Amino acid sequence: MWLYIARRLLWIPFLLLGASIVTFTLGHYGPGDPVVVMLGNKYEEEKADRIREELGLNRPFFVQYGDYIWKVIKPRIYHLTAGGVDVPFPFLGLDFGESLRYVGQPVRDLVVPKMWVSAQLSLAAMTISLGIGLPLGFFIAHRQGRWQDPTAVAVALMIMAIPVMVSVPALLWTFCTKLDWVPCSGWNGIFDLRILVPAISMGVPGIAGLMRLMRASTLDVLGQDFIRTAHAKGLGNFVVDRRHVFRNSMIPIVTILAFSLAGLIGGAFITETILGIPGIGRFAVQSIFDRDYPVIMAITLIGAGAFVLANLLADIAYAYIDPRIRYS
Amino acid sequence: MSSTVNVQEFARAEQREHRSRGHLARAMARLLRKKIAVVSMVLIGVIYLSGIFAAWIAPHDYTAQDYSVIRKPPSIVMDKGITGFWKESHFAGTDRAGRDQFSRLLWGIQNTVILTFIGMATGGLAIGVSLGLISGYFGGKIDGLIMRIGELFASFPDILLVIILAATLKPRLREWMIWVEDNTPLDGLLTSGVVDYLVISVALVSFTWIGTARLVRGQILYLKETQHIEAARAIGSSTPRVLFRHLLPNAISPIVVTVTMGMGSMVGAEIILSWLGLGIQPPRPSLGTMLLQNGSIGALREEPWMLLGPGLIAWTMVLSWNLLGDALNDVLNPRTR
Repeated sequence: MWLYIARRLLWIPFLLLGASIVTFTLGHYGPGDPVVVMLGNKYEEEKADRIREELGLNRPFFVQYGDYIWKVIKPRIYHLTAGGVDVPFPFLGLDFGESLRYVGQPVRDLVVPKMWVSAQLSLAAMTISLGIGLPLGFFIAHRQGRWQDPTAVAVALMIMAIPVMVSVPALLWTFCTKLDWVPCSGWNGIFDLRILVPAISMGVPGIAGLMRLMRASTLDVLGQDFIRTAHAKGLGNFVVDRRHVFRNSMIPIVTILAFSLAGLIGGAFITETILGIPGIGRFAVQSIFDRDYPVIMAITLIGAGAFVLANLLADIAYAYIDPRIRYS
Repeated sequence: MSSTVNVQEFARAEQREHRSRGHLARAMARLLRKKIAVVSMVLIGVIYLSGIFAAWIAPHDYTAQDYSVIRKPPSIVMDKGITGFWKESHFAGTDRAGRDQFSRLLWGIQNTVILTFIGMATGGLAIGVSLGLISGYFGGKIDGLIMRIGELFASFPDILLVIILAATLKPRLREWMIWVEDNTPLDGLLTSGVVDYLVISVALVSFTWIGTARLVRGQILYLKETQHIEAARAIGSSTPRVLFRHLLPNAISPIVVTVTMGMGSMVGAEIILSWLGLGIQPPRPSLGTMLLQNGSIGALREEPWMLLGPGLIAWTMVLSWNLLGDALNDVLNPRTR
């Protein structure tokens, strides 16, 4: 098991290196000259050359790439203050360079606050998906073969298929124009009412998947012999459900939870764009259009890293919860 | 007593089915007994056919403007005979430039149909299946390589890779096309919009192949240990024969299910791309662009048909593919039957 984890951990840097090469190449050989974008209509050949020289954009491809990667992984001393004591600890520098669009601003300072916004939003959305999806899935598994089961699945699927571009304006129209509960756009953190529309539009479609997963795994558990035994020895329905069924049917859900953790910082660019939420999804798309490739690379790398880590986390959690699973 | 008779009859019917027809034909028969599956197939058929034949069906050209009917809600003309009914009604209303929304929807569907089919046929089927076959059958280094590349593609956040590809490839391809036009007798490549189709297809392919490749690989890994493959190899069948004659047909059911389910997300991805302005360019209509232009509260309040038309089509396509995939999974997957 430990060997397995170690092997997987060793693999991560290579994967991230691959992802960075892909994005770096696309950015480097892709269209548009970042210097032209930077200067806008003040473009002059000499000035552009000087900036290229300063930024090192006239060096060979692999030198630029190597330099970039070295800056990202170069260890840096971070300082944590815990209880008045300064605790220095070294970690990857994560210096992603400076944004080309927002001149002079380090990419890290641009990206991190936006990721935090998206994380709050995803957290709210996830709460909705989980809070409704799991109990509903558990419930309809107990109603298999009756009307509640197919109805719930059908309704959830229908809701899931609604395009976000339609559901967001419709929700806005309901909550902001008709009911007048929330302001029509903007963002003010997770405890502001304005999170209602994005959270619903991102969270409710997720119900279908979670519900069906929970339903399938609950059905799986309900058919097991130990459930019959539990009933046979005289335990009440509630106790059997809580102690035997629910706990076992949650096992496959854990995997999904780990992946949702990776999705936390991914953001939802459509919702964020329509509603004007300063999240990472919107920023990513905007950077792609601005050809701001230090930003694109940073977002891709952080996203890919989070995904890979979550993947590993899911596997470990799986093995930890379910002793039958062994990796080799 | 009657129930036993029924069971026997049922068993006999099953036997007849088994004798006379192949695995897929029997699955198809079971599928046709499912109402939801039939309804989804009909809906998909109608939408896709009307998209393919948009040029013949559409009552107006997608650029044709009629300034007398700007922003007109859906209307049907009943008193002018069949031509009047078709030519003068606006089944889905008109947009802000007085163009018939119904015709534009049909043309928009055409784009989605072409792109999702190309994307699925090349990425999901051709590339995904062959790489999965190679990976699963030969194993070893080549398997490692293919799966690692797949992992790499899969680790890109969401459909960010698709967007990056679409945004960076297009100008390059455009340059190449101009070069081709200048240096060969080929003409009109740029105006035909072939660049747009190419870019979006490549972008969509980049994320569809992984799923199928992994699935096929898993199936092959399991199947190649079975005795009938061993037997096939023992009697001296060549590798291609084993692959395409013995392995692939046995793995076809899960492929059908994944491809069908994947079509839903493919439609969604195409709409997202054109919503971002990376898809088919105006004046050619696309569902994504229509959703973008009308996706505000103001538009929803004043002219709801402009948003609801494309929204309804997109919704029906995604939902039908998902439901059909579900039904196929039910009839093809031995565990859920």
